[in-house]
Amino acid sequence: MARSHKPIVWGLFAAGGTVAAFVLPVLILLSGAGVALGLLPASSLEYENLRSLLTHPLTRLVLFGVLFLILWHAAHRLRITAHDLGIRADTLVATVFYAIAGLGSVLLAIALMALA
Amino acid sequence: MSGPYIRPVSRTGWWLTQPRYVRYMMREISSLFIGGYMLIMITGLYRLSQGPQEYAAFLAALLGPAGVAYTLVTFVFAAYHTYTWFIVTPKAMPLVFAGKRVPGSVIVAAHWVGFAVISVALWLLMTAQGV
Repeated sequence: MARSHKPIVWGLFAAGGTVAAFVLPVLILLSGAGVALGLLPASSLEYENLRSLLTHPLTRLVLFGVLFLILWHAAHRLRITAHDLGIRADTLVATVFYAIAGLGSVLLAIALMALA
Repeated sequence: MSGPYIRPVSRTGWWLTQPRYVRYMMREISSLFIGGYMLIMITGLYRLSQGPQEYAAFLAALLGPAGVAYTLVTFVFAAYHTYTWFIVTPKAMPLVFAGKRVPGSVIVAAHWVGFAVISVALWLLMTAQGV
C-alpha cells in the first residue's frame, strides 16, 4: 500500500482545531484584545511581566505546543479553503502554507529557547 | 444536440449563493485570521527574546489602530471557530455510555463547560502574575 502523509496532516489539523477551540479566544484576550478592550491593564503585556511569566520551562513547552498546533491547523485549513475558492494548484498552495507553518514553528522554537 | 442543462456556477463566488455556504466559508476563512495571529504571537515572542526595546516596538504596533482592529476581528473568528468546532464534535466522535448513545447536545454542553473552566483558569493564571 502506498504511504500517505495525510494522517499526519489530518492529525495536526484535528488536534490544532481542538486546542484552538478551547484556548484561542482567551489567549487572544490575554495577548492583546483584553488591553485593547480595557479589560486588562496595559502593564499586563509589559516586557518584565511576560519575561517572568515565561521563565518556567513547562510554561514555554506548553505555549510551544499550543501555538504549533494552531498554526498547523490554520495552514491545513487554508490549503483546503484555497481549493474551495477555485485555486487548483494544490501542490504549490500546500508547499507555500506548510512552508510558512514550518518557518513559523522554527522561529517559535528559537524564540522560546532564547527566553530561557 | 443539447445535453442536459448545467447551471453555471462560479468557481470563486459559489459560496455567496446561499447563507449556509457563507457560514461555511466564514468558518474556513477563520483560519486566515487565526494563522495570521499565530504569526503575530510568534513575532512577539521573538521580539521579547531580543530585548526590551525590540519588544516595545512590537507592542506599540500591536496596540496601534491596525493591530487592535486585526486582533478584535480575529477574536470574533476564533469564537466562531470554537462554536462550529464544538457543534461538529459529537458528529465526528459519537460517544456511547452504558450502551446508550450520548446525545450530541450533552457533548456540546460539556465542551462549553470545559471551555469556560479553561478560560477562567488561564485568565486567573495570567492576572495573578503580579500584573
